[in-house]
Amino acid sequence: MEIKPLDAHSLIPEEHYIRQEPYYEPSGDEIAIFQAAYANKLPVLLKGPTGCGKTRFMEHMAWRLKRPLITVSCHDDLTASDLVGRYLVKGGETVWVDGPLTRAVRVGGICYLDEIVEARKDTMVVIHPLADDRRTLPMEKLGQLLEAPDDFCLAISYNPGYQSVLKDLKQSTRQRFVALEFDYPAPELERKIVANEAGIETNLADKLVKFAHMTRNLKGSGLDEGASTRLLVHAGKLIAGGIEPVVACQSAIAQAVTDDADMLAAMRELSASVF
Amino acid sequence: MPAARLSAAAIEALLDVWLETEFTFHRVGAAARMLAELPRQDQDFVLDWIRRIATTHITLAFNFAKRAPDMLKRLDQRAIEAWAIELCDTYDRAGMYASLAMAERADRFMPTRQAHAAGVVFEDVAPILSNFVHGLAGRRLKLERGEALFTDSERLVMPAILAVLPTAEENFKLAKAAVAFLWAQTRFGTFLDDLTAACAVFPQPERALKQLLGLETLRLIACLQRELPGLAREMARLATLAEDSLPEGWAVFSGRLASADARLSDSLALLPAAYEQADFQPWCFSGELRPAAVAEAMAARQQQEKARLRVKLAELAQESAQRRTGGAEPHGDKRFAVTPHDEAGRLDFEITLDSAPIAPPDDVRQLLTSVYLDFGDIPPEYLVPAGDGEYDPSLYQEQAEDPDAVWQGAYHEKGAELYPEWDMGRQHYRKNWCVMREKPVAPVYDGFHRDTLAKYGGLVRRLRKAFEAMRDDDHLEKRQAHGDDVDIDALVEALADARAGREMSDRLFVRRHRAERNIAVAFMVDMSGSTRGWINEAEREALILLCEALERLGDRYAIYGFSGITRKRCELFRVKTFDEPYDDEVKARIGGIRPQEYTRMGFAIRHLTRLLAAIEARTKVLVTLSDGRPDDYFDAYRGPYGIEDTRMALLEARRAGVHPFCITIDREARDYLPHLYGSAHYIILDDVGQLPARVADIYRRLTL
Repeated sequence: MEIKPLDAHSLIPEEHYIRQEPYYEPSGDEIAIFQAAYANKLPVLLKGPTGCGKTRFMEHMAWRLKRPLITVSCHDDLTASDLVGRYLVKGGETVWVDGPLTRAVRVGGICYLDEIVEARKDTMVVIHPLADDRRTLPMEKLGQLLEAPDDFCLAISYNPGYQSVLKDLKQSTRQRFVALEFDYPAPELERKIVANEAGIETNLADKLVKFAHMTRNLKGSGLDEGASTRLLVHAGKLIAGGIEPVVACQSAIAQAVTDDADMLAAMRELSASVF
Repeated sequence: MPAARLSAAAIEALLDVWLETEFTFHRVGAAARMLAELPRQDQDFVLDWIRRIATTHITLAFNFAKRAPDMLKRLDQRAIEAWAIELCDTYDRAGMYASLAMAERADRFMPTRQAHAAGVVFEDVAPILSNFVHGLAGRRLKLERGEALFTDSERLVMPAILAVLPTAEENFKLAKAAVAFLWAQTRFGTFLDDLTAACAVFPQPERALKQLLGLETLRLIACLQRELPGLAREMARLATLAEDSLPEGWAVFSGRLASADARLSDSLALLPAAYEQADFQPWCFSGELRPAAVAEAMAARQQQEKARLRVKLAELAQESAQRRTGGAEPHGDKRFAVTPHDEAGRLDFEITLDSAPIAPPDDVRQLLTSVYLDFGDIPPEYLVPAGDGEYDPSLYQEQAEDPDAVWQGAYHEKGAELYPEWDMGRQHYRKNWCVMREKPVAPVYDGFHRDTLAKYGGLVRRLRKAFEAMRDDDHLEKRQAHGDDVDIDALVEALADARAGREMSDRLFVRRHRAERNIAVAFMVDMSGSTRGWINEAEREALILLCEALERLGDRYAIYGFSGITRKRCELFRVKTFDEPYDDEVKARIGGIRPQEYTRMGFAIRHLTRLLAAIEARTKVLVTLSDGRPDDYFDAYRGPYGIEDTRMALLEARRAGVHPFCITIDREARDYLPHLYGSAHYIILDDVGQLPARVADIYRRLTL
């Protein structure tokens, strides 16, 4: 049977090449490790809290390796067919449409499954054979086994900070991957990143980083997560746009990490103390 | 139209009744005359509180009546209310004398000049400020209410009401500044030396300590200026508002102490000179220094921290040795070295083990922080990993004490959890009133489980079936707009429609729908003495049948029995926790449920609500099995007081997202249960014999 991709519904990998270098500050030897893993056709697992640069790192690596990057943000209703593909009905005909994972395998791109633990358990059926030395994608509905070309790469990410037992990665999954651990960058590096990304002075970036450390101190005593580097960049951008620093911290950081009124008030006082 | 002002005579008549002047001989005439001059609104407010306090203690109410008119001139109602509550709380906690003494001392944090200051109340600001202080780095400090403003290097103590400045906003800023200043004392090393000894060499040590506080105020403000400039600006503004200033001749000190490398030793070096100068009047946020309290807290802390740190380091050494040699015993002595980095307000530690850097876990980092703050460095003897069995685990572990042993001793509250109780007369909570303990139920292996199953064989089978039917399994949803597969039936129909010229449906897919029953339920079983005999047996049988049924359903459930005698001994008996499987021991514990004492209920509802709150579930249910109204031994709990407290606890549970439900066999329950649970959330069984057969069935209908 001839399979015609349905243009309007499928991803066009050519559009997923990253042509400009995404700004990324390495905090260790993660670039070298990723390159080595890629050269050896090993899949990669990125661990770390939200907003510490995992997605940016993937973009940067895709640019470096000159491969298209297809990112899938996993959610709790994401099934295997969402990844592999499905039949659609068009004009009285059923047409097969590739899912993002299949597209990435076909063109030898990088498929990045963000927050993999959120996806339904049945997605593991297609991830496992791709992640070990078989490197194949079973397409159950087509009765096909798609072999991944050498330049295909699978990367997944997960946040070990979630304490829910339901949101844990199984050993059988995690032991297939080369793991890279990400954390908030060291203060000097974080200051540089915030200053660079938000376009603000180092002095101001330093105060934002100090405030971020205060919120990270609160982790466990009322906050699930402290402020991420991403939020600092947001706040920095607001400040660069003429917003008062305390107001910017409140809108871009405090409101983003909590709804608790007492905590919001405490964070307002903390930011007012820093600036 | 506003109601007319009450006359002195009318007020006196009221006070005569509430304060039982016939027996207590309190002279209420003067207070009544003062109250008579107030506007009606204020009169009502004060009288209401006099009546409420009188239910706690009459002398307390009399004292309040005497002071309230004068306080109303200076403070807003919110602050007076807080003061009245504090009066009752102190009475609950420490008795009459402490309560009256507290009333005297409170004046220090009240305005002297301004009229109608709006104060801030500890309860309102504590949640915000304690988060605030946790956000600042350093040791985890605990915020507590007390009669003065000081720190013992572990706790920050604040008065119940702060009303020095005219508006609530300013007073809040002041409270924040005060907390930050106390934090700065611990962070920037005010207690690195023995302050008592340092001041003892002066003719008047008390005065020396006050002058030292002045010097430290200058030094710490300079520290805050560098670390938290926004806060320092605000503190300067508050000091101006409160008209705090430096005494004559002090300007020279502030220059010396403002430099970035000024330490406590510099303040101490300047102390003889400052002693010769004019008295330092404490600034609005500076509180007081209490070196004795600090010494006590430090002595208690340091031994424990040393033990904990050394044990942790031994664990770290072993881990790293295992990683390197693949499981061999750690060989030779391990050398840890720690370099603290205390620059630009960041405190971090670099740890090396035999010159190789290691990443310390969070708890080690926190211990190091605490030790560093006590010594200004990490003493080398703290870095020697503990040898095997060198420390008794009780030195570094928090140990759960045997509740019965504690009860035998003098301190009944040791290791217990404290719960508030609603006082209907006071219309306010009695804080930390109930001393609650969880105790295990001793399992009894007498075949009760087997006998019950044999007795109710048919019923068990029927229940299991009924509960199994309630289980949601995955099912296929047809005719969806999106889905995993094409719905052939729908497609054929749609194509036929299209041929016939009708509109084609776009619902052509099937999808797998996964429904989850996400319920957590806590059963609270009456273990009071009144259940003795066949009620107890019926309860136990009901629990067995329920468990059998629930196991089929997969809902998470816990079973606790409650009983107690007086507020000092409220007991919850663990039969099954949420995490425990329904195993032979749980079965034997159900068999081991025995009647105990009385039925105080508020604490049990509050504790189980807290347990339920910690569980992740979409629906949370609290089912009470009881045989009568709340009651306690020779206590006000009998009667309306207990009913109102229970009602309040149930309201709190509902606010926390827990659905309470009651199953009772008390035929008089119709009088009070609707008031407690609402009209639909209870069931009264006429006959104890129905209990086993009905409970599971009621639960089924409840959660369908």
